[in-house]
Amino acid sequence: MRVLTGNDLKTGDVVWWTGETWSRHVDEAVDAGERAEEILAAEEAARRVNVPYVIEATREEDGSVRPAHIKDRIRALGPTVRPDLTLKPKDPEAIDWVI
Amino acid sequence: MYKYDNYDQQMVDARVEEFRDQARRRLEGKLTEDQFKPLRLMNGLYLQLHAYMLRVAIPYGTLNSEQMIALGDIADKYDRGYGHFTTRQNLQYNWIKLEDAADILADLAKVEMHAIQTSGNCIRNISSDHFAGAAHDELVDPRPYAELLRQWSSFHPEFTYLPRKFKIAVIAAEKDRAAMRLHDIGIQIVKNDAKDGGSEIGARFFVGGGMGRTPMVAPMIRDFVPLDQLITYAEACLRVYNRYGRRDNKYKARIKILVHELGKDEYTRQVEEEFAHLLKQGVEPPREELERIKPYFSDPAFEDGPKSVDRSDPDFAVWVDRNTHRHKHDSYVSAVISLKPVGGIPGDATGEQMRLMARLAKQYSFDELRIMHTQNVVLPHVKIGDLHALWTELEAAGLGSPNMDTIEDMIACPGLDYCSLANARSIPLAQRISERFDASGKTSKLGELKLKISGCINACGHHHAGHIGILGVDRKGVENYQLSLGGSEAEDVSLAKITGPGFTEDGVIEAVDTVTNVYLANKQGEERFLDTYRRIGMEPFKEALYG
Repeated sequence: MRVLTGNDLKTGDVVWWTGETWSRHVDEAVDAGERAEEILAAEEAARRVNVPYVIEATREEDGSVRPAHIKDRIRALGPTVRPDLTLKPKDPEAIDWVI
Repeated sequence: MYKYDNYDQQMVDARVEEFRDQARRRLEGKLTEDQFKPLRLMNGLYLQLHAYMLRVAIPYGTLNSEQMIALGDIADKYDRGYGHFTTRQNLQYNWIKLEDAADILADLAKVEMHAIQTSGNCIRNISSDHFAGAAHDELVDPRPYAELLRQWSSFHPEFTYLPRKFKIAVIAAEKDRAAMRLHDIGIQIVKNDAKDGGSEIGARFFVGGGMGRTPMVAPMIRDFVPLDQLITYAEACLRVYNRYGRRDNKYKARIKILVHELGKDEYTRQVEEEFAHLLKQGVEPPREELERIKPYFSDPAFEDGPKSVDRSDPDFAVWVDRNTHRHKHDSYVSAVISLKPVGGIPGDATGEQMRLMARLAKQYSFDELRIMHTQNVVLPHVKIGDLHALWTELEAAGLGSPNMDTIEDMIACPGLDYCSLANARSIPLAQRISERFDASGKTSKLGELKLKISGCINACGHHHAGHIGILGVDRKGVENYQLSLGGSEAEDVSLAKITGPGFTEDGVIEAVDTVTNVYLANKQGEERFLDTYRRIGMEPFKEALYG
């Protein structure tokens, strides 16, 4: 699937395109398909996202979304060396998902 | 230490308000990201993996307690309670909001700090010896010259858009504690025999060093520049670079490539020609300016006291042996506060730790701290008689690791955990290696062993200069690590050589252990790892690694 990601303009937070808005949670990302570039241009122009781009990802059997590249998986979760600062601070398996 | 005059303060305050307006216009949509990016970078604001990152300049690594407290307070107020000390003696915050950035710069300006020229293709923060003004072996304190260079390079209109970023280091001892020859310009303050039979202080210039994807050791291009021509000569070096540096190719744009392509002799000839021209232009600041700066770096009021410590506490004795450095006054030492606890993140300090270090500096070190390029903190002037009390407080706060210059005192860049340029993570390697060597008890047997880890070819972790270097690469989306041996950033400068094929994360940790075993098996006398490597060469290490 083609997933859209970028950073929130004000906060810098990593965000993912849900089909309607931008979410901090990668599992809410949708497949933007062939409209990816068009959506990116419109959303960036409206300042709803900063420096957006398209990545490849897969939707897993449990419905979660897994970016293809480790860099985007780290972006999705947070720094692997500070589990307390990730989006899943209480999930002991979250770091394994990244690697 | 240096105090801003009205001009300095007005310049920094004006820049804060300028940036406040730029950030506001960006948030209102009046500037695009393409328009805003160069403006925010000029103020040290990057967009990294998880958020905006702000890099704060700490000129030549020197700061006072009030400034360190401010850094800690900013970490708590605007970030997530910590900051990261860098290999350019700076501090980075990892979780900054654009809407807060101008307020942070204003808070910094209140304590005479800023983030100007911590990014972009300009002259970056001038770095120096972290023991400057305290070391027993220095000729003079190099910081007045570093400060003069800072003033000259701040907002220099001709050098704001160089072909690429530009880094200068200044030292004044034969022992190089600032990786001087791995800078675009390395300046060593030296003494010359004057014609009248006396001696004269001047500067030795090394130009064209650097790490990154094309590491090079800077050759010396001038063995003596009189101090009243220091800035003029630096200007000549920059002018030739600014004129002929490769703007067509980012990867060939650093001055090291120009010096290499022209050849040292031709580059030097052009610099000398430009220098002769500039001497007639009167670009050198008046000598009075240097004389105005110098008193800010005068010695504090040292007092005589005990010359040795009570070594009955073995843990304290180990820390004293490992983490203190001989001072020019025999009743004092410089004490290194390690930011490398076992399993910790190299260079990270919490706001609380920063405030503690500030208090200890005020109490024990004439209100002064230094940041090392090895990501530790120095209290430069500590009475030997106060060392035990200082150590006791550091131990209680988890800041007493006795590991300076050991394998556990590694440099590690933020790597893929934070950096958008990185290909692989650096910090987990550092954590696992320190845990492994601490648990095995091997660290002390290895003695001085400088391990340096970079998460990409840009080499912020100085892997080219590590006795053991590790470079993270991306192999089809999987982290892989190249091992290199034999580098040094000290006065015996050399570039490390790659051992061979790369390793997985687990594999490279094993590989580090393996090469240290080769060292211990071959070590003669007091040889360091680097000495043994230089004597026996790469082959025994390769044989052990790859069979």
